[in-house]
Amino acid sequence: MDNYNSADISAFKDVWVFCEQRQGVVQPTSFELISEGRRLADELGCKLYALLLGDNVSDKCKDIAGYGADGVVLCESPLLKNYTTDGYTKVIVDVIKERKPEVVLFGATYIGRDLGPRCAARLHTGLCADCTHLDVSVPVYQDFLKEASTLAPERIEGTSSAMVMGEKHDVSHDLKMTRPAFGGHLMATIICPRFRPAMATVRPGVMRKAPFDQAKADAAEIIRPEFSLTEADFETEVLAVEKAAKKLVDLIGADYIVSVGRGIAKDVEGGVALGQQLADELGGVLGGSRVAIDSGWLSADHQVGQTGKTVHPKVYIALGISGAIQHKAGMQDSECIIAVNTNPSAPMFEIADYGIVGDLFKVVPMLIDSIKAIKAAK
Amino acid sequence: MKVIVCVKQVPDTSGKVAVKPDGTLDRASMLTIINPDDLNAVEAALKLKDETGCEVVVVTMGPPPAEKMLREILAMGADRGVLISAREFGGSDTFATSQIIAAGIHHMGLNDDDIVMCGRQAIDGDTAQVGPQIAEKLNLPQITYAGDIKVEGNSVIVKRMLEDGFMNIKMKTPCLITCIKELNEPRYMSTFGIFTAYEKPVDVYDYNTLKDEPLIDPNTIGLQGSPTNILVSFTPPLKGAGVILEGADKKTADELAGILEKKHVI
Repeated sequence: MDNYNSADISAFKDVWVFCEQRQGVVQPTSFELISEGRRLADELGCKLYALLLGDNVSDKCKDIAGYGADGVVLCESPLLKNYTTDGYTKVIVDVIKERKPEVVLFGATYIGRDLGPRCAARLHTGLCADCTHLDVSVPVYQDFLKEASTLAPERIEGTSSAMVMGEKHDVSHDLKMTRPAFGGHLMATIICPRFRPAMATVRPGVMRKAPFDQAKADAAEIIRPEFSLTEADFETEVLAVEKAAKKLVDLIGADYIVSVGRGIAKDVEGGVALGQQLADELGGVLGGSRVAIDSGWLSADHQVGQTGKTVHPKVYIALGISGAIQHKAGMQDSECIIAVNTNPSAPMFEIADYGIVGDLFKVVPMLIDSIKAIKAAK
Repeated sequence: MKVIVCVKQVPDTSGKVAVKPDGTLDRASMLTIINPDDLNAVEAALKLKDETGCEVVVVTMGPPPAEKMLREILAMGADRGVLISAREFGGSDTFATSQIIAAGIHHMGLNDDDIVMCGRQAIDGDTAQVGPQIAEKLNLPQITYAGDIKVEGNSVIVKRMLEDGFMNIKMKTPCLITCIKELNEPRYMSTFGIFTAYEKPVDVYDYNTLKDEPLIDPNTIGLQGSPTNILVSFTPPLKGAGVILEGADKKTADELAGILEKKHVI
């Protein structure tokens, strides 16, 4: 391990996904990342491994591998029961130095974004935060750019190489990590051309989970690498782990979302109630824009947008939300967007599939009545 | 005891954001502000100062005009400022930036009871990486996403927020904490603070100041020391405009409900 050199690119192989568990429950974003990691491993022509740390979590290996992993790198210790920056960083850095994966993905959760930077700094490599799109294959990446960017064809063509340290560098073996910046106003694709592993944290809810494959789960290889971890490695002590008292709203898993924004300001209570009523009628959940959360109208778990959750429900209904770029960054990939706003030039109408220019306090009650009428007629 | 607060001057992305034709940000045409989460770190430090009388040092890396931002924080009550600024430091990614700021903190000197505080993340890059990476390079323990901080002698107890709850964690000083907006309500500059802000010292650490620091190496700072490169930056296309359902009456409501029925939503 002492001869570990992150610049020796050819020594690194395989894609790893850090699979986060909390109190023995594997977090949903881990399954999304395994599914995405499979595609990247296929593009690189290598294997995909899950990296699982915890205490008595070996029974989770198959649950994870069924989404597409060839194997699970499993590190178990009573000292790994709860997440700690100290313990997890030490073990992960040690196993990465020993086994040398070329790509490592983390969920961009409150834990992944604590752990990823610490590991990347200790391993002397690059980390791209909060990615929303990943590619290895240049043609696949360029097809993505044709859809997702306004770049001219010759600039898209030019992305097959980059100037690195004053020299032209072929990016065909580099992980291309795309993420929003400046509150979603700009997108940037980042590469880590001179060091390995290329590391990324990936925004939860963005990558699609593959169907579970029992054969893949049964065939997964379990690797238990040796590692050393003692109490002396800890400078922090977890005194308690508490769940939130109130049940949090599951925006990411929702098929239908009704969100409220500044437009409810004249009657906050009434506006929230209308939004909730419409969401209930559709079997969906209530979301909100940054204004709604910052003003204290809704709790933070309801927030959709760059600083909140990224969602892509089947239907997204925006009530009184103007459509600031930071909100759109979190919902513009919804399958169908419906906007209700009194201002006909609200940016939300630019991305809406259906729009109604009008007062949500008048439109929504009528819409709820129409929906009830259709349901009653069935 | 001293609290070192790391802050960043950022373009105000909540207003109009100007993008140049080549896809990069037109920073010159945008207003700059103190990164919002960093103000929560400043407030947490000033609260500790109110309670214990500790010194509060505010540190930033950026171009010379960032001194004005430091003066604003001195007017809030911080005791002195440090501006890390050199052409050699430009073009740094999070890895190289944290290397340089860590070198600056090391140069300042860290005592056993000192605490480094940062905001959760900056609104321009939204990476949340520089705080933890400073901690790593100074070999300090860290707690991120702090929702409550209590200091007891040479240890701190922090309520560390998670998406679905929180952890209470005890950590020895010296250490690093990143702060979220729910932690506190940042105070305003005081009239007295404004009067004295320009009398308080702001030291400038340039390349010469830091060049002998062990963390400063041409291979770990600036563009050359950054492991990541930008392949391309771009603006997303606007989705094609949809259908505006005319009128905001019962007929429109029925039409929309009908569309939802066709989509098997109801």
